[in-house]
Amino acid sequence: MSFCVLLLIVIIISMVYFVASKGISTFTSGDVKVSEFLFGTKWSPEADTPSYGAFPFIAGSFLVTLIAALIASPLSICAALFMTEIVPGWGKKLLQPVIELLSGIPSVVYGFVGLSVIVPFLRNTFPGQGIGVAAGALVLSVMILPTITSVAADALASLPQNLKESSFALGATRWQTIARVILPTTFPAIMTGVVLGMARAFGEALAVQMVIGNAPFVPRSLFESASTLTSVITLSMGNTTMGSPQNNALWSMALVLMLMTFVFVLLVRMLERRNKI
Amino acid sequence: MQFRKTWVMALALTSVVALSACGNNNGGNNAATNNGGKNAAATNAPTETSSGTDLSGSILASGSTALQPLVEQVAEKFMKTNKGVDIQVQGGGSGTGLTQVAEKQVDIGNSDVFAQEKLKDADAEKAKALVDHQVAVVAIAAVTHKDAGVDTLTKQQLVDIFTGKVTNWKEVGGADQKIQIINRPSSSGTRATFENFALGTKTEDLQGSIQEDSSGTVKKMIGETPGAIGYLALSYLDDSVKTLKYDGVEPSVDNVITGKYPVWAYEHMYTNGEPTEVVKAFLDYMVSDEVQNENGDVVELGYIPAVKMQVSRDVAGKVTTK
Repeated sequence: MSFCVLLLIVIIISMVYFVASKGISTFTSGDVKVSEFLFGTKWSPEADTPSYGAFPFIAGSFLVTLIAALIASPLSICAALFMTEIVPGWGKKLLQPVIELLSGIPSVVYGFVGLSVIVPFLRNTFPGQGIGVAAGALVLSVMILPTITSVAADALASLPQNLKESSFALGATRWQTIARVILPTTFPAIMTGVVLGMARAFGEALAVQMVIGNAPFVPRSLFESASTLTSVITLSMGNTTMGSPQNNALWSMALVLMLMTFVFVLLVRMLERRNKI
Repeated sequence: MQFRKTWVMALALTSVVALSACGNNNGGNNAATNNGGKNAAATNAPTETSSGTDLSGSILASGSTALQPLVEQVAEKFMKTNKGVDIQVQGGGSGTGLTQVAEKQVDIGNSDVFAQEKLKDADAEKAKALVDHQVAVVAIAAVTHKDAGVDTLTKQQLVDIFTGKVTNWKEVGGADQKIQIINRPSSSGTRATFENFALGTKTEDLQGSIQEDSSGTVKKMIGETPGAIGYLALSYLDDSVKTLKYDGVEPSVDNVITGKYPVWAYEHMYTNGEPTEVVKAFLDYMVSDEVQNENGDVVELGYIPAVKMQVSRDVAGKVTTK
């Protein structure tokens, strides 16, 4: 058993080391300054005087992730409440497989549905071409729905029965019990689900890349072509040669992605600690 | 019981590690791969007298996804007649193919562009070691959404559109409709070809422009988005989009072969130094009449045969008549 643990640790450490050493080479080779990379808004790696500002991608990633979480969280929490509190019988029987199915759909399918359904819908309803942050966030919100719902449902189900019973005994209605007792006590656990969903949204590449438009700019509206860290990496990694400044810059973005994942994991840890008290 | 379970798991894990170590070796040291292939082939050879050749070995190719279908199909045929040869074709993109062949991780690196265009500056030395084999030609046409109302565009008009100077189709004689650019990422070989030979200049990405990675998605987007303009390889053109003439010249195979239509590029298969016997045999087969004639794989898959070209072009873009 200790061998398995050792293997896992070695794999993780070597991956972190690999991405970090690759990602740092952008800055150590003297091509780009860290501040220029993080806050520069101009990305034109193929120009005669190339510039490697990754801010549009970082901003794009945060934008789609936050909007997706804002759309998905209320829906997921309601679905979880429906499954555990309102109709625990057939509600759970019906919703559980649906949610499991949702999480099993490959991301390329989400992307294609987004491109064929959501993008034309947005194009006909709002100004612009339908492609952009809004389309990306909508697709992502469906993708992270199962993550948040299942974590939230588990949290709600594990709530001690006597808390609810005492609330009812005091004469509280079901709605009062949900709003005043159940949700506040399970809040940290539900937030764990939201953060996990955001982590998934932040790292998702393919589906977002298909609907977001991939222009390397901070978008002026939700319906204008934008990029995320993942979309620019998948778009350009294969076309660039190892060791070229552009390739290194892409690795630096991968490093930013990885660091963000660590932040998400840290957040989950902190929430879990709060949950225990 | 518990004890045995632990052992089985440990065994499984060690075998996984051993296997992955093997995988690394194959990637990092292609001499070993070749030897392995040769040994395997040698044991097969006596029983496979019907194949008629004594070629044996394995070939690993990676790179351009635009060229991949052709290499795969030809490799299948080549392996049927040469039982001792094993060819594996991987995608990954032109940059990946060139990197891997320069570092001798693969035998053949497929690329949409000349190696010198990707391996620049510090890597220029690496490009010198690579030997170019041009196996096909891909021509690229500007295409628009059907309702743009334009039939032909001049070079200057295209430049104005792709640099954002012209933003409405009516300014170039079309409908009153905003122009939406559907581009390829700046690292893409298709975009490099279009910019070099159709526009004659590099373009900056414009705010609001759309970039897509694959030709299929580009075609879908242009077909669906009103006022869209983009560019596609000839093999992708169909009725869902409107193909534009370039300076009045129709982007047809004949016009490319005679050199009248300038927006085309070679598909390259690079080897590191002169190819080994088995790789050379495969590359020779790629440019043989069987593959390159009008019923061959090259035409069937929508490429233009390299051997048919009446003009040739060098790295600097200089075109000479053969």
